[in-house]
Amino acid sequence: MHSNKKEYARFLLDSIHREIDRPITVMEVCGTHTVSIARSGLRELLPEQMQLLSGPGCPVCVTDDLDLDMVMALSRQEGIILATFGDMMRVPGTESTLQQEKSKGADVRVVYSPTDALQLASENPDLQVVFLGVGFETTTPVVAAALDQAVQLGLKNFSVFSLHKLVPPIMRALLEDPEVKLDAFINPGHVCTILGTEPFRFIAEEYGKPCVVAGFEAADILEALLMIVRQYREGRPAVEIQYKRAVRPEGNPVAVGFIEKYFQPVDARWRGIGMVAESGLDLRDEYAQFDAKKRFPLDIQPGVRRKKCSCGEVLKGLKLPYQCPLFGKACTPAKPVGPCMVSTEGSCAAYYRYGRKKAGVSS
Amino acid sequence: MCLAIPSKILKIKGQMAEVDIGGNVKEVNIMLTPEAKVGDYVLLHAGYAIQVIDEKAANEIFEAWEEAYNALQ
Repeated sequence: MHSNKKEYARFLLDSIHREIDRPITVMEVCGTHTVSIARSGLRELLPEQMQLLSGPGCPVCVTDDLDLDMVMALSRQEGIILATFGDMMRVPGTESTLQQEKSKGADVRVVYSPTDALQLASENPDLQVVFLGVGFETTTPVVAAALDQAVQLGLKNFSVFSLHKLVPPIMRALLEDPEVKLDAFINPGHVCTILGTEPFRFIAEEYGKPCVVAGFEAADILEALLMIVRQYREGRPAVEIQYKRAVRPEGNPVAVGFIEKYFQPVDARWRGIGMVAESGLDLRDEYAQFDAKKRFPLDIQPGVRRKKCSCGEVLKGLKLPYQCPLFGKACTPAKPVGPCMVSTEGSCAAYYRYGRKKAGVSS
Repeated sequence: MCLAIPSKILKIKGQMAEVDIGGNVKEVNIMLTPEAKVGDYVLLHAGYAIQVIDEKAANEIFEAWEEAYNALQ
């Protein structure tokens, strides 16, 4: 990056203003980008022709309430320790959260790494440790690596409840949705650290839309936006990497190999969006003994979803957070209704924290 | 959630490595980056190294952090 970042950011911004020659709606699919854009106030500085939308980029936010109900039912069973990343504790199912279950006596433990869950399994041989696998391709290899360690150690009391999601299939689903209007993507930086660019080529080749892998500073995002403007000007949609510091075209093939060894694509529910074909991951059949869904089958009645929350429309970029009737009123970070307000990386939480004063002003 | 942070490898013991994260020493797993050597910089996510990056890239990411931190003060 350039030595004088402010000056460089101004140069990028001026270039975008000068060079944009058509309306361009860009969607980012990464919670860290959502926060960075909201915090830097970039939306206010861009030309009117450029609109930035936040897509389903926060794995916490897209976890379906019915799936979470299953996780909570499992956490209530005797002899189970449910280990989860802290982000999931306050995400509501149809009736409860893991935090509420914990306060009612479920053994729910917050871990920083799946390694900590392996440790819990070793220390508690008489209990079953279930790790809640949530996350995109950045996180899945880490969980696959932990599974590999569990296999090596021959752990009999460790399993994963996989709610992992895949980014390329949801991007395809958005491109196929007639309601969703977008012209380009900013690709999630660290998902691409793992996947590289190949799995995203279809966006340029089949749909003729640019996508640029961006870093997380304001200048990175501006640079990526300028690259998108130029792809349109030059009529050559492509997958390009702005975030060269951390992303190689080939990604991390070892990490992808671990994902493929332990997981297989399955249809998955996305909160507010619905079922998306082959957009999630379950454990492969040969590792059934490490698959919590198979080891602890649950027979529960599906709960009733909350209706008023606009999370689904927000996740698809059809509504801005403050267009939801609950935003900032019934739903705040202290008392969240929907997952987009729970996670600090959720669109609603980012808008609430950094852009609330501008609510009502077009951005 | 997909945040990853840079660190420098100080020691390697099998699949585990001791790394320096901005002055703090921590043990992480390096099985996803088998090519990583002592002295290399790696991106960390949830206790695992997920990619080897060069020193310049690591320093740029550290710098950006510092700026973000200062901006919050």
